[in-house]
Amino acid sequence: MSDDSPQAIRAEALESILIEKGLLTAEAVDDVITRYSERVGPMNGARLVARAWVDSRFKKRLLTDATAIVESFGFEGGQVEKLVVVENTDKVHNAVVCTLCSCYPWAVLGLPPKWYKDPAYRSRIVMEPRLLLAEMGVVLESDVEIQVWDSSAEIRYMVLPMQPPGTRHLNEEQLAELVTRDSMIGVEILRQPG
Amino acid sequence: MHDLGGKPGFGQVDQSGAETVFHDRWEAKVFAMVGAGSAAGAWSNTDRFRHAIERIDPEAYLTHGYYGRWLGGIETLLVEAGIVSQEEITLRAIAFGASRNDLIAAQPSHSPDPMGQPPGSSGSDRPISGAPKFKLGDQVRSLGNEVSHHTRLPEYAMGKRGEIVMHHDGWVFPDTNAHGKGENPKHLYTVRFTSEVLVDKPGFAVCIDLFEPYLESVDVR
Repeated sequence: MSDDSPQAIRAEALESILIEKGLLTAEAVDDVITRYSERVGPMNGARLVARAWVDSRFKKRLLTDATAIVESFGFEGGQVEKLVVVENTDKVHNAVVCTLCSCYPWAVLGLPPKWYKDPAYRSRIVMEPRLLLAEMGVVLESDVEIQVWDSSAEIRYMVLPMQPPGTRHLNEEQLAELVTRDSMIGVEILRQPG
Repeated sequence: MHDLGGKPGFGQVDQSGAETVFHDRWEAKVFAMVGAGSAAGAWSNTDRFRHAIERIDPEAYLTHGYYGRWLGGIETLLVEAGIVSQEEITLRAIAFGASRNDLIAAQPSHSPDPMGQPPGSSGSDRPISGAPKFKLGDQVRSLGNEVSHHTRLPEYAMGKRGEIVMHHDGWVFPDTNAHGKGENPKHLYTVRFTSEVLVDKPGFAVCIDLFEPYLESVDVR
């Protein structure tokens, strides 16, 4: 796919100038693509979620000091100087946003999806989250309270989704396969597999 | 453009499209240019970069996408730092097939802020000596006035009453750091605003991370 939008052309133009000035290397872009396509992504957050489902002591630590846990796993990617993990239950549903710029916990979820950065999600999730979540496929009972986390400083948030029914027999690796990025942002409820 | 929280008129969230990290190679190039621009001395902290993004052309802000906004911020700061000129970029873009009439996101100031001190350490978490003004459970009210400088208080949460639910100790204060006026670490809190306060309806709450100077005590007697 090739993009000929004005901003695409201007990015190419600025890149060529910065390379000529010796301020950027042509390889830098490949390093970025490799890092965020292969090593940094929601598979890292999914490992934390799966372990929390099978290990209640780990879960307690994850909910009280996620920053230390992320450090111990050695995830690269940044944007987790302080990470707070919030737990979804049958009484409270959490969802994460940044209305100001699109802050996102890169080291555990990778770079954000396009819709997370678009005006529709950023404007509406803090004003009419129940309607917006329903539009996105998350229909909540009226007695479930919604809690939205607007990442307005350097604290980053991740949702610990509820374990889907019918998965108690699965091991940690198999559970991690079930955990989606959207469930860790709080815009998906994990369903029974199969 | 500042925060988009509560801005009316936006429709459904569009979740279609390929699930690739970068939808086109130019987006990854912009990502790489953030590192290059910072290394070249065009800015020394994230707050300055975020402020530059807020200063781009508002139409471009809403239509050029996330990496288009970043590109506008990078170009703004590179031009303000005297590293490239806007005409140089435009001429190169025209050589690459752009039109003279294309909307340019970057809006460099003719009198940019001083660069200020480079950060003394990495990240934004900083030691702070003063005691926190608020404790968990305290009722607070956020400031009610829009400000002309960079700030992390979203407009939809201005002048609203909320409850302190977390305290995060000291963090670099974006309101001064973005303008080369120092890190001035401040106590940071997570403040919980109910939907009754925000939109006069029950059913949800929004938790927002706010610096101590954004908040004042509410007398609950």
